Amino acid sequence: MNRYRLTLPLICFLTPVILWLFLLIVLPHIDLLLMSLQTENDSGRLVWSLSNYLNFFQEPIYWLTFVRTALYSIMVTFLTFVVTLPVAFYISKVAAPKFHGFLMTLLLMPFWVSEMVRVYGWMILLRESGVVNHLLVSIGLLQRPVEMLYNDVTMVMGLVYTSMLFMAVPLISVLESLDNSLIEAAYDLGANMWSILFKIIIPHAMPGIVSGSIVVFMLTLGNYLTPNLLGGKNALWFTEQIYNQFIASFNWNQGSAFGFLLLVLSSLIIWLGLKLTRQKLSKVVQ
Amino acid sequence: MIRTLPNSKAYTYGYRLYIGVYFLFLFAPLVVTCVLAFNNSQFPALPWKGFTIEWFTADRPGRVGIFHDAVNLDSIWVSFQVAFFVTILSTAVGTCAAFLFEQEDFPFKPALYFLMLAPLVIPGVILGISILLFSNTLGTFFEDHWGIDVGLFRPGFWLVVLGQFAFISTLVTLIVSARLKKFDRALEEAAMNLGAGRFEVIWHITLKFLRPAIIAGAAVAFLMSFENFNTTLFLVGSETTLPINLYLQVRDGSTPVINAISFLLIVGTSLAAVANLYFSRKNH
Repeated sequence: MNRYRLTLPLICFLTPVILWLFLLIVLPHIDLLLMSLQTENDSGRLVWSLSNYLNFFQEPIYWLTFVRTALYSIMVTFLTFVVTLPVAFYISKVAAPKFHGFLMTLLLMPFWVSEMVRVYGWMILLRESGVVNHLLVSIGLLQRPVEMLYNDVTMVMGLVYTSMLFMAVPLISVLESLDNSLIEAAYDLGANMWSILFKIIIPHAMPGIVSGSIVVFMLTLGNYLTPNLLGGKNALWFTEQIYNQFIASFNWNQGSAFGFLLLVLSSLIIWLGLKLTRQKLSKVVQ
Repeated sequence: MIRTLPNSKAYTYGYRLYIGVYFLFLFAPLVVTCVLAFNNSQFPALPWKGFTIEWFTADRPGRVGIFHDAVNLDSIWVSFQVAFFVTILSTAVGTCAAFLFEQEDFPFKPALYFLMLAPLVIPGVILGISILLFSNTLGTFFEDHWGIDVGLFRPGFWLVVLGQFAFISTLVTLIVSARLKKFDRALEEAAMNLGAGRFEVIWHITLKFLRPAIIAGAAVAFLMSFENFNTTLFLVGSETTLPINLYLQVRDGSTPVINAISFLLIVGTSLAAVANLYFSRKNH
């Protein structure tokens, strides 16, 4: 029992951390759960009830948005991986080492800028009076400008764009630890590009792929700006449903239920991802 | 495939083309935003109507540049203040947490460590609404039981600071922990043998060693706070931060003033990125 001594340094370090985690993480989320289990009855008093969750399953618009958001997030995560892997491989293995710092800075720079600015950039590029339309019309490829914003393709592109960095950094760091001689050996033994990719590079990069995917998935699922500004106006993202309940309808109980469901979904998929690849969260975040 | 292996010409050029297209994709929105900040037109769109810096400097009806745009200047100032307090708080608490998890031993340590990582997997929107709900609950409780109205519990400046602090501290903790892991504890023992107390050791030796990581953590904290949107959205009161303010304007149509602000942000962060590269080179 005497293994742990309550020393002064321990108290000094423990107190702020406990305050932070309990006051700002644990208690607010317990409150979220409690709020989601209450509803206003006819006389306007709060009573315990599951009706917020029943609403969710009975109204197709709610659960369809939920399923749509989840499936699109998985798709965005996969696309981000496919788009980023060649770049990560190029920077860590193909490009001359002296360009490494330069390429990394170039890769990271856009993500230091606020997401708002990046989305705005896409808006002025793609909208009906936008730059891309102007160029296409002036070289004669289009007769008249077309609206390229407010559809799912643009939204997915925007989400992939926003997420690329969070996939690229873990991939680059894990590919740098891959021994070149393994690839050389496979090549000498007659392996082609695809078997090197699937038998050597991807298995080795798995920890990086998992940690990148978790971050990308979580950020995509919880994104509000990109679906709101680039996506279609009649197909909502689930975070927009939450926002509508909180800010527009002022139904905080319903909004809490949605929030809690989103939290459960994101935790569940992350947990599944970790289980399937037999990794630990504490390992992945490093 | 790699530098040391022979490749066909088509493969090499195809690969380079892909990388080129990727970087074009990466920079196109930013470059276009910057260029159109200098277009002498009422709308941020082509055709090019000549170079002007009026979207920064003008102050006349119909055209107010960013340097005279009180609303946007205010929101930039609010964002700076929020980021300042978030940086101070999260750097202090994050460093404490790094010491706690790397150097101390206590019951339920793995559970608390897991809890510390949780903000990484909680979507920002959820964190925002939870903190909004909880502060509202606390506010109602204080009001009903003691009749005190606590401004802190209403959406506003300090709630934004706390909301951002809640997840940014985790990032600082991870950055500082990574360096603390490399610390040679024999140095601490040597100092203790020479008569230093625990806090003297931390102050004179460990913190000196951690300094680059603490500075890096603070820089990340400042940046993350300055550009945070998701958590802030639900906690913001009448004083809007810059990303929220930009969002409200972009939603209702845009003027080249937004391009001018974006230009300043892009130039500012690029300079920070280059400075960061320079200093990290110097440390190696």
